[in-house]
Amino acid sequence: MLKVTNLSKKFLEGTNNEVVALKGIDFSMNRGDFLTVIGSNGAGKTTFLNLIAGSLFPSTGRVEIAGEDVTNYSEHERAAYIGRVFQEPGKGTAPGMTVAQNLSLALKKSNRGLRKGVTPKRKELFYEELSKLGLGLEERLDEKVRHLSGGQRQGVAVLMSTLTTPKLLLLDEHTASLDPKNASKIIEITRKLVKEKELTTIMVTHDMKQALDLGNRLTMLHRGEVIYDVNGERKKELTIDDLLESFSERKIEDDELLLSME
Amino acid sequence: MSLLINSLEQGLVYGLMALGVLITFRVLDFPDLTVDGSFPMGAGITASLLVMGWNPIPCILLGVVGGVLAGTFTGLLSTKLKILNLLAGILTMTLLYSVNLRIMGRPNIPLIGRETLIEQVDRLMAPLGLGQYSSLIFFAALVLVVKLLLDVFFNTEIGLALRATGDNEQMIKAQGVNTDTMKILGLAISNGLVGLSGALVAQYSGFADVGMGIGTIIAGLASVIIGETLLPTSTFRWMTTAVITGSLIYRTTIMVALRYGHNLGFKSSDLKLITSLIVIIALAVPQVRGKLNLKFGEET
Repeated sequence: MLKVTNLSKKFLEGTNNEVVALKGIDFSMNRGDFLTVIGSNGAGKTTFLNLIAGSLFPSTGRVEIAGEDVTNYSEHERAAYIGRVFQEPGKGTAPGMTVAQNLSLALKKSNRGLRKGVTPKRKELFYEELSKLGLGLEERLDEKVRHLSGGQRQGVAVLMSTLTTPKLLLLDEHTASLDPKNASKIIEITRKLVKEKELTTIMVTHDMKQALDLGNRLTMLHRGEVIYDVNGERKKELTIDDLLESFSERKIEDDELLLSME
Repeated sequence: MSLLINSLEQGLVYGLMALGVLITFRVLDFPDLTVDGSFPMGAGITASLLVMGWNPIPCILLGVVGGVLAGTFTGLLSTKLKILNLLAGILTMTLLYSVNLRIMGRPNIPLIGRETLIEQVDRLMAPLGLGQYSSLIFFAALVLVVKLLLDVFFNTEIGLALRATGDNEQMIKAQGVNTDTMKILGLAISNGLVGLSGALVAQYSGFADVGMGIGTIIAGLASVIIGETLLPTSTFRWMTTAVITGSLIYRTTIMVALRYGHNLGFKSSDLKLITSLIVIIALAVPQVRGKLNLKFGEET
């Protein structure tokens, strides 16, 4: 479903301050794979997602989604394949528009026309989909998103990113800025939607427990390289201690990662 | 009475321009100064063609086309050449000064002796016996139609995508919208309205002048802010209503000030000073309020 070849990204290329964020990664995912990605700050996780989503263009390499080479597609052109949820709840929704209007924006990825955006029929669909989230949002269809809590906004954002059943779902630490209660709610919603729609998913996270609990495959990035990649049965049996061990073998010391293990 | 009718007529005609400013400033979050050039462009095109003996209605339509082109140009500067939005508008506004002079051939075109739309309307509506109200009613109907069209458009799929472009560009890109196209479209619609307003003002006041655009953006902003202050609202339908109301109040105030201001020692040339002060005060109010809240720890 996703195939990246020799994908690399350098920032400030050709200057003294050149930073290599990603070092020629080769990587592929099968349909229905749910991959969790961990790694310390600066490991290249977000760059990796940005290159796949088209928010950044690579220095070398190519990106294929569902067999199609999308390397030169701009972000909005790739949106036909990709659903994405950002870390900050504010990033995934339009605050000055209502819940229903936001959802209607996610209903079509192309060929928008002069039909009404929010129709009674669409509202029924939104009501139904929102009820499944269990956040009480179905009764607030006509409220501005700015009046919702962070957790509720992220709920809307997750629903928006999956409404059209994308070929690839990208989750960029999408629970990191929520309180624990809301975070676990959003994780449950994500798990349910991914399973129900059989979405091929990449989830970047700081939370090792999350990375172990969710998905069938786990990858660790470090300084722009994939240094750890397990899936299937081996992933199921993986424990935090195993991860810790592999860190210490590679002499990775990262306060943030260590903290997130508590 | 005729003073009030005149102010309301002007409030309606300039209200179309204020609606254009609403689209750029509020909906797209794009402070567009093109309007200072597209307003006289609409007026200049209309007046030039009227003098050549054209019928008023196609004159107006071509004025709209001029505005649309001006807005599109600013949009291209901003999105394709990545010129800062404020600067893009200033560049278009400045180059339009020369373009407008080329179109008009001279700095001022009087329309004396030409039948304008206003006179056509008066003539055609005379059998209805509306007397001096006929053009007021005509303008009200026209503004209402434009407002309703905007209300409908900004609730369509494209219209919502345009609003989202101003509200959260990152998000709407991820939803598959080409935000460059949306910005250009928004600027084109906005300046089309401004061109329409300029074209009507030329026919209404009986002349076009290359300098008549100076301060258009500030007058538009003043109308938007007055409307928002009096009718604080968040739905698009009410926003357009508020802006038209703001324009009516603004023009009435100006007319009264022009008529009676000299008693207080004001000259009509002080108009732009006073308008700018009104806008500055309106923009300062939230800031000052915020500072006071910080100081005293109050919640609003």
